[in-house]
Amino acid sequence: MKPDARGYFGDFGGRFVPEVLAYALDELERAMVLAFDDPSFWSEYRALLSSYVGRPSPIYRAERFETDVPTFVKREDLNHTGSHKIDNTLGQALLARRMGKQRLIAETGAGQHGVATATVGAKFGFPVDVYMGARDVERQAPNVALMRLLGATVHPVTSGTQTLKDATNEAFRAWAAGVEETFYVIGSVVGAHPYPYMVREFQRVIGDEARVQCIEAYGRLPSDVVACVGGGSNAIGIFTAFLDDADVKLWGVEAAGEGLASGKTAASLGAGSVGVLHGSRSYVLQTDDGQVVETHSVSAGLDYPGVGPEHAYLKESGRATYVNVSDEEALSAFQEFARAEGIVPALESAHALAFARRLARERSSRDLILVNLSGRGDKDLAHVASLLSSRM
Amino acid sequence: MQLERALRAQTPAFIAYLMAGDPDVETTEMLIDAVARCGAAAVELGVPYGDPLADGPTIAAAGQRALSKGVTLRDVLALTDRVREKIPIVLFTYFNPVYRYGVGAFAADAAKAGAAGAIVPDLTLEEVEPLRERLQERNLAMPLLVAPTTLAYRAAEIARKATGFVYVVSRLGVTGAGKAPNVKALRAQIATLRSATHLPIAVGFGVSHRSHVKALAPYADAFIVGSALIDAYTGTRGSEALERVERFVQSLR
Repeated sequence: MKPDARGYFGDFGGRFVPEVLAYALDELERAMVLAFDDPSFWSEYRALLSSYVGRPSPIYRAERFETDVPTFVKREDLNHTGSHKIDNTLGQALLARRMGKQRLIAETGAGQHGVATATVGAKFGFPVDVYMGARDVERQAPNVALMRLLGATVHPVTSGTQTLKDATNEAFRAWAAGVEETFYVIGSVVGAHPYPYMVREFQRVIGDEARVQCIEAYGRLPSDVVACVGGGSNAIGIFTAFLDDADVKLWGVEAAGEGLASGKTAASLGAGSVGVLHGSRSYVLQTDDGQVVETHSVSAGLDYPGVGPEHAYLKESGRATYVNVSDEEALSAFQEFARAEGIVPALESAHALAFARRLARERSSRDLILVNLSGRGDKDLAHVASLLSSRM
Repeated sequence: MQLERALRAQTPAFIAYLMAGDPDVETTEMLIDAVARCGAAAVELGVPYGDPLADGPTIAAAGQRALSKGVTLRDVLALTDRVREKIPIVLFTYFNPVYRYGVGAFAADAAKAGAAGAIVPDLTLEEVEPLRERLQERNLAMPLLVAPTTLAYRAAEIARKATGFVYVVSRLGVTGAGKAPNVKALRAQIATLRSATHLPIAVGFGVSHRSHVKALAPYADAFIVGSALIDAYTGTRGSEALERVERFVQSLR
């Protein structure tokens, strides 16, 4: 579905921003609508997905990881820069070029979206400024070095909790200050309209490919599609093609962290309430007074107190079901998948794999589970190693 | 309305922005008293919020200090009730705390506390209507913001919907003491607004020095000073904070 004229999916979405950005969002929406109606925009985008990103990414049967139920993974880990994020940054960079913008800015948590933005900045010759919480700059040193190698300027953000939420605030502020020449590349299906819709359109290629690949390889659709949800771009990306297939169950897997009731969680749909954050109405982890709280997940890419408004809508409508997986379960799945398949999943994607295992107990060998392996886990090695060694 | 009358009593009128609860609620109460005695026409009273997208480092940090004291919207309404006789209070709050409180309940309780109005910087024309209606039912003003990027037809529509005053943002970006305002661009924006409304026009964002006030005086009805005022007392308390605020306010005229 498309959001309505005001950018709402049901009750969720909209445009809650300072007036200075109202013009920028109108300008972006007009440019997006024109580009989306222009076949030459899509043909250039698709050509780059093929030659630069390496799409289509294959689907692969995880025979040694699966338990009785055939389980396939969509190999987004094989994309250039190691995750699905590049689909989106490439699309937005093409749009920025059409609009005549002179610089890209981005927020990043773990650094994956920052790296994907720095990458397209290098490719198209845009200067790139990346806003990153000071605590994340420390925790994710290799990605910071990578962004700098690619020519981006990384700005450590010292306000608030010094993590992704505050980096996003700072990116919005930088956008407001340089709104005429700056294009803000948002990294997920969040933010003010038209971002949630636009980012979805750049990520839906995941599901469009996977649906065809499933039918070609197995002669049928999957019974279940599973994806992790932080802001929710990889999940929307794989869900969208299956929305009209009523028999295909859609599962969004949030990060429970140390548990929904522990206060150390990132499950916005599972433990949050409806609120307004970063420009749209959706589920938010917040206090009764409406202050956004600090989140926790072992996976930096899921460590965000909000979630895309379309997910909130899919939850309310019942079309998708949102579940959660703890740090502990995700860490186990991370190791098991590496040893069973010789593929190191991102810690984010490990949440989806852990849930697929759980789901398999309720499924039979006639079913078919499709998991979005949204990224590779090289970036997580140091973090996982230190977590595991501290337990020995 | 109370607010409009207060702004018309001086030219240009001075609106002081203070963050409720920075460094603590008692000090804020004294500072409201101080700016009222120094001739402010109204106070914009900031409701602390952890993710203030329209604010620069000074006001964001002031909000964090208030939050660390546990100051909530409820506390700010109670403070408003205590100072209501001294000076018109316009609550300055981001939308999420209001949304959680309940739009209708907020309008009712703000009216009960004697607030003169509310400014919500992350509600633009597209989303403002439900709250604006509720405030209007209670006779509370809702000044709306016009930015340098706002096109003329939109600025005129904002001016027609605003009540109390029209808040003209002097520059691109966020709040914070800054360089001299771009008077030429502001003149054009203000002229557009004058043709759409008879409301007072107040300029804010970056206004921090007597020279800025002088430059704006021929065009604007009021000026809003926040970050520079907070910078003036930050790090002090009690009578010292009071003295610094008084000295700073006098330096603006």
